[in-house]
Amino acid sequence: MLQCVMAGLIALLGAVEPPCTALTGGRVFAEGRLQEGLTVVIEGERVAAVAAGAVAPARCRTLDVSGQVVTPGLIDPFTRLGALEVPLEPATVDHDAGAAAGPVRAAFQVADAYNPRSVLIPVARREGVTAVLTLPVGGVVSGRSAFAELDGATQRQAVRRSVTALHASIGGGDGSRAASWALLRQLFEEAALFQRTRAQWERNASRPFANHWRDLEAVQAALAREVPLVVQADRASDIEAALALARAHDLRLVVAGGAEAWLLADALAERRVGVIVDPLLYGPGSFDQVHARVDNAAMLRARGVPVMLSTFDAHNVRRLRQIAGNAVRGGLPWEAALEAITRTPAEVFGWPDQGRLQAGAVANVVVWSGDPLELSTRAERVFVRGREVSLETRQTKLRDRYLTLPGTPAPPLPLP
Amino acid sequence: MLHRSMGAWGIAVAVAVAGCATDGTPREQRSAADRLAELEAPALKPVEPAPLGAAGVVVMRNAVVWTAAGQRHDPGFVVLRGERIEAVGAGEPPAVAGAHVIDVERRFVTPGLIDTHSHLGVYPSPSARAHADGNEMTSPNTADVWAEHGSWPQDPGFQRALAGGVTTLQVLAGSANLIGGRAVTLRTVPARGTRAMKFPGAPVGVKMACGENPKRVYGGRNQAPQTRMANVRGQRQAFLKAQKLVRELEAGKTPERDLASETLAGLLTGRLVAHVHCYRADDMLAFLAIADEFGFQVRSFHHALEAYKIADVLAARGISVSTWADWWGSKLEMFDGVPDNAALVAAAGGRAIIHSDSSRDIQRLNQEAAKALVAGQRAGLRLTEEDALRWVTANPAWALGIDGQTGTLEAGKRADVVVWDGHPLSVYGQARWVFVDGALRYDRTRPGAPWSDFELGQGAP
Repeated sequence: MLQCVMAGLIALLGAVEPPCTALTGGRVFAEGRLQEGLTVVIEGERVAAVAAGAVAPARCRTLDVSGQVVTPGLIDPFTRLGALEVPLEPATVDHDAGAAAGPVRAAFQVADAYNPRSVLIPVARREGVTAVLTLPVGGVVSGRSAFAELDGATQRQAVRRSVTALHASIGGGDGSRAASWALLRQLFEEAALFQRTRAQWERNASRPFANHWRDLEAVQAALAREVPLVVQADRASDIEAALALARAHDLRLVVAGGAEAWLLADALAERRVGVIVDPLLYGPGSFDQVHARVDNAAMLRARGVPVMLSTFDAHNVRRLRQIAGNAVRGGLPWEAALEAITRTPAEVFGWPDQGRLQAGAVANVVVWSGDPLELSTRAERVFVRGREVSLETRQTKLRDRYLTLPGTPAPPLPLP
Repeated sequence: MLHRSMGAWGIAVAVAVAGCATDGTPREQRSAADRLAELEAPALKPVEPAPLGAAGVVVMRNAVVWTAAGQRHDPGFVVLRGERIEAVGAGEPPAVAGAHVIDVERRFVTPGLIDTHSHLGVYPSPSARAHADGNEMTSPNTADVWAEHGSWPQDPGFQRALAGGVTTLQVLAGSANLIGGRAVTLRTVPARGTRAMKFPGAPVGVKMACGENPKRVYGGRNQAPQTRMANVRGQRQAFLKAQKLVRELEAGKTPERDLASETLAGLLTGRLVAHVHCYRADDMLAFLAIADEFGFQVRSFHHALEAYKIADVLAARGISVSTWADWWGSKLEMFDGVPDNAALVAAAGGRAIIHSDSSRDIQRLNQEAAKALVAGQRAGLRLTEEDALRWVTANPAWALGIDGQTGTLEAGKRADVVVWDGHPLSVYGQARWVFVDGALRYDRTRPGAPWSDFELGQGAP
């Protein structure tokens, strides 16, 4: 809250005239439901008001969005956006520290590689995604993810949290899962010991650790519950093991993938473990997903598990709303599906001023032509931190170049 | 009733017999196509019986009948008799003796969806090394392998594709090779062997590939092809051999059997159908130069993310484009993909198709078509829901050479029918009932036991 007020003050004092927009007449997704008659006022980077009859300052641009739907910008909590451009071109692949880094790479911080000029970013934004978690992959402990907003020309502007979670990945056939769990347990035990005996270690008076001190340091934020440990796992037995690890070290656990999470819904709900689900998963795609169900998200939600949805992708983060629509198709209530890509990830990961439309929240806002989860709907306007961003992409430019055929990539020049 | 797989074989045999010694025609007067068919006939003989189960006479009334052939009857009816559609029309159906009448309560009824590009069976679920039977990466030309010999009928993906409304799919070899092998067109039906799943009488496709994949797979081993130059060389050399085979057959000679050349000779004589994996516009144009040199037609470019750059060329040549709604970017030849690709192809007068190439997206081809439509409309192109439906029904049927048999709701066609809960182009729409050859194969409210033996007894509570 203080942060909100401070930012508001800075915005008021710092800028001569911060951008101000009032959205009137739309149906607004606020407090978990669609509401008629609310005006959304955006001042500077923040939502100033969401209320019936809210009065905007006179200098505000007022947009009549009657017949349209206003929601928070969508958040995909499990992407590689900004750290990956062309997967088969190593020069553009930065989300994986590489095999040489070994199985434990806790210190690896993908934010250092985040490229706010990636051409993938406007593609996601065009479909209403305004923020993402960008994660590291590879190894058993892959590193630390970033939370980024999809605007800004520099890392400093785009990356809002350079460390937002610690990531591990279990299963999938890369060596025994038991060996992976042994590495994870050892990492957390050593990290706790490292913290308790830091003074001896500084004097070079402790026994050697199996893990590098930088990795042990990187784990401290998870041990202190400042960031969650995100375990990517599908098989129920792995989720069970993740719960045991979380209990042993009192971690904030998030499960990503979770194809078989429905089998452990009660245990996950009890610890308030958030689960990031892919509702398009229907069928035993791998041996870890033999019990995948199309209504996984709905079953988890019904038992009280905080459910989030993700594309698990980079290039097609734009599919996020289709993904959410499919969760509804699989039985998740519509409101819960929309929250699963807005408010819930913000709450689970601790981005408190994100993912909702209320006074003081960051003004990541989308105006939709209709139901945001429906395929025929389009994002009409997208605001990131109060600034209306362009919906042009490299793809729209390519399309426009070849709209009229036959043609060549460029016409002849006029004579001098 | 003619046995289903006997039907397929029957046609092959008929073709073979027509050009065979039984009618006394001298060998040198029979066409190369006939002689190739004769050579292959023994390999196509069915072994196991096909699954039957047409429901008899079924009348669906009070429907929103969307034919994909230009009509929407609301309300309307569809009459199925055995394996065929007997009648489609507006208003109330005629009285049909002995019919099982279903009031479909204003649900949409469409043709079964068709996917021109699938690797179900050859890369089945769960992903397993033991079942990776789709890419024979031992030689860049494996025109002599057949997808039907690699496809696992127990792939749980077939039943899930059916649940998405898919009744027909072409299973292809992968794209590691310049010439990957023969494809097979299958039905989403439970079966013990792949032959029992084959679409009766469907022509055989040949999978070829341009671009990055072959040169990456072989170039990485320091073998040819390592460059796009060698991609084209490899294909030209293979077609040269096939051309020689055709000339020898036409001259009445009896050359030594060469399975790879026989496949390509099938293309040169028009018996087989060319399906070419190709992304970049310039790669497609380079391939068309090969097709022109050897005188065969490309039926469909697959993936074809840059088709929008040459939509005029493709439309003029009658080449269909099997593409996605939005996959792009995972390699450089996919970097210029645009979501309007299918729409731009259609707007240029070409034949657009939405394919899956995925065990997941094949479950939602209707959604993929809807997205491609919306992208085009957003670009200002005049396209309708009818276009989008045809991208996953009538147009893929054409590309697979089975448009006389399926792909629209018209009397006489196979009874491949989907009844939808919700709008078929909505994210919330889903198949309620799916008929394949007049047999009810899927009912959303009665899922029943899984077809795949793999899924039995897996220990879920």
